[in-house]
Amino acid sequence: MSVARIVSVLVLLVPCSIGMRSAAQTTNVCVECHATLQGRLKEAVDDSAGSVHGHKGMSCETCHGGNSQDAAHAKGPGSGFRGHIKREDIPELCGSCHANAERIKRFNPSLHTDQLAQYHTSVHGMKLAKGDGNVAVCTDCHGVHNIRPASDPTSPVNALNVAATCSRCHSNVVLMKSYRIAATQYADYSASVHHEAMMVRGDLSAPTCSSCHGSHGAVPPGAASVASVCGTCHVLQAQFFDASPHKAAFPEGCATCHSAHKIKRPDDNFVGLAAGAACADCHSADEESGKTAVAIHDHLKSFETSVNEATVLIDRAARAGIDVANAEMEISQAMDALTKARVRVHSAQLAKLDSELTAGSRVLARARSEGDAAIRERNSRRKGLLVPVIVIAAMVFSLGAYIRELERNSDS
Amino acid sequence: MNAVVRVQTWIDERFNLAESLAPLREKTVPIHKYSYWYLLGGITLFTFLVQLCTGVLLLLYYRPTANEAFESVQNITNHVQFGWLIRSVHSWSANLMVFCAFAHMFSVALTKAYKKPRELTWVTGVFLLFLVLGFGLSGYLLPWNTRAYFATKVGTEVAGRVPLIGHMQMVLLRGGEDVTGATLTRFFGLHVVILPALTVGMLLIHLLLVQKFGTSVPVSVLTQWQQHPDQRKEMPFFPNFFLRELMGWYIALGCLVALSVFFPWELGNKADPFSSAPPGIKPEWYFLAQFQTLKLIPSRILFIDGEVLGILGFGLGAGLWLGLPFIESLLGCRRGRWIRVGILFALAYLMIMTIVGYMAS
Repeated sequence: MSVARIVSVLVLLVPCSIGMRSAAQTTNVCVECHATLQGRLKEAVDDSAGSVHGHKGMSCETCHGGNSQDAAHAKGPGSGFRGHIKREDIPELCGSCHANAERIKRFNPSLHTDQLAQYHTSVHGMKLAKGDGNVAVCTDCHGVHNIRPASDPTSPVNALNVAATCSRCHSNVVLMKSYRIAATQYADYSASVHHEAMMVRGDLSAPTCSSCHGSHGAVPPGAASVASVCGTCHVLQAQFFDASPHKAAFPEGCATCHSAHKIKRPDDNFVGLAAGAACADCHSADEESGKTAVAIHDHLKSFETSVNEATVLIDRAARAGIDVANAEMEISQAMDALTKARVRVHSAQLAKLDSELTAGSRVLARARSEGDAAIRERNSRRKGLLVPVIVIAAMVFSLGAYIRELERNSDS
Repeated sequence: MNAVVRVQTWIDERFNLAESLAPLREKTVPIHKYSYWYLLGGITLFTFLVQLCTGVLLLLYYRPTANEAFESVQNITNHVQFGWLIRSVHSWSANLMVFCAFAHMFSVALTKAYKKPRELTWVTGVFLLFLVLGFGLSGYLLPWNTRAYFATKVGTEVAGRVPLIGHMQMVLLRGGEDVTGATLTRFFGLHVVILPALTVGMLLIHLLLVQKFGTSVPVSVLTQWQQHPDQRKEMPFFPNFFLRELMGWYIALGCLVALSVFFPWELGNKADPFSSAPPGIKPEWYFLAQFQTLKLIPSRILFIDGEVLGILGFGLGAGLWLGLPFIESLLGCRRGRWIRVGILFALAYLMIMTIVGYMAS
């Protein structure tokens, strides 16, 4: 046999041997055996196949130990088989990979590795350490075998599903009673503006449980930190509140007026002393601060009415085909001023609120003036129409009279 | 001798105009209860003339590129003196032209004015209607606004579904695989050069044929006249009918100006090819019946794609409509009565589907 022939045979054999080896490696005796079983023991196989771990090539033995390549010694002595993982061991088991930066970065370099450390600082982690087996461990939120990335909409920890996942325990009245925690948070959150933003408008940046409480390091925000938590999104409101006289008076911060979970969309009637206004809980009409609250309400309402009137005017001109692009932009600027003034409500200072409204009023006056001019243009067009209409009507009547005269003459 | 008579004499000496116009003086128009329908053809012609005049004025400022088309129409509407009026009259007149063309066609069909010897007058008239619809389709895209862009996309997609030649036809219309600036330039050329040239040619043939065969009298009126010859009434085309037609033109002009002032044609927002189609996008009202039909047809009928079947059905319908006089003569007088039923059905179908399409969300 020539050297060339030997080389070519070797070249052909190498891929075959690689193929055989990889075929042998994909054999998993755990899967082969469990696939023939029923119930949870079979579901584990099906769930694992579609999980993020299955996709990354991790097999059963990564968590459960044992030898997945050898049926005879799969669970035998020396195989390291751990079998069913005890509930209290789950965080440490998951952390053996997820707290190991070296290991994790091989699969997803951007994945955090502090989950276990955070869990230890959480109420869940601390209670587990004290032997409370009822608190949440990793699998309660992420699932057991069918673990999917948080970006997957079917994952229980996807932003859309987090509140429902937390509610599995936190809406359980019996379970929560033993911790002296109310079980109404999920119902309250479901009636909130945040839930509406998330579930109705599909805004995944809207807050859910973990946005305020944290996920792995879940703790109830303390009274002093509520404003800070809300302020991560509502930055200006938090700054104005911090500088306001209410800061010292209300240790619960934002939640004093807006509540903790059942946060409704506030309108201008939320300020003032009328029924349903938050200020009315503490202030009355005969004190200076009560009068300020009423003035804030009235100024906001008055400006909103002005904006609405100008909008109607501009819309009427636009429908008449007059160019009102500038006025529309000015209306939008006036709306911005109103939004800023509403944010300024948190400072509880009428002067600061008025400074925003004054700036808005100047823009609004320009818009209204342009709207008036547009309506005058529309009216002049309509008046101008009279000229051709009169000419045309005169021509039509003259022609009619001429035809009648013509035909009368020809008949006679 | 005043100036007008002197000019007339000067022209007569050279072109013998009096002799050329003699047939017009001889031409008569029958007088009966359906005589007012005769005005529709003239009003359609008037709206076409309005289109030509306003179209030429719009051309002075319009720029047919994807980057400038919308802005140029915005400039016409907001800054050019009386630009808003010219643009609105052009748009309203286009719609009135389509309406009058349909009304004229159905009046001709229902009074059976297409019968021998006027078969070719009918054929040229139907071709004129197709050209008018072509004006509507091509002109609709020119402002390059969102509604026009996506409606054209849908319209050309429908053209692309025609078996065998569909894709080629769609690429030809669009100037590529998608609706782009190339489509706009193509539609502009079609709207201001090709279609006007074809329409003027076809219109001349149509008017010559109308002149040659005279005005048709409905069968029922003709039978009545044959039984009672004393009831036969006619008026000279010039000036009696011409002046009546002129009255109709004046009224149409008044309506166009009033509509333009009270309901100026909306411009909308500039087309953004990268945005998603706005919900409830629809074509202009004269294509709504076909659009609604395609929406209602099931996706598959037996083994044929529903949309393809619908498009083939439209093609067959247009072919039958074009050949109406020949089909009636083939069927003979007795079966020809079913033709009237068919015409009434087509009219009712178009009206109902247009209303349903308009109301649909």
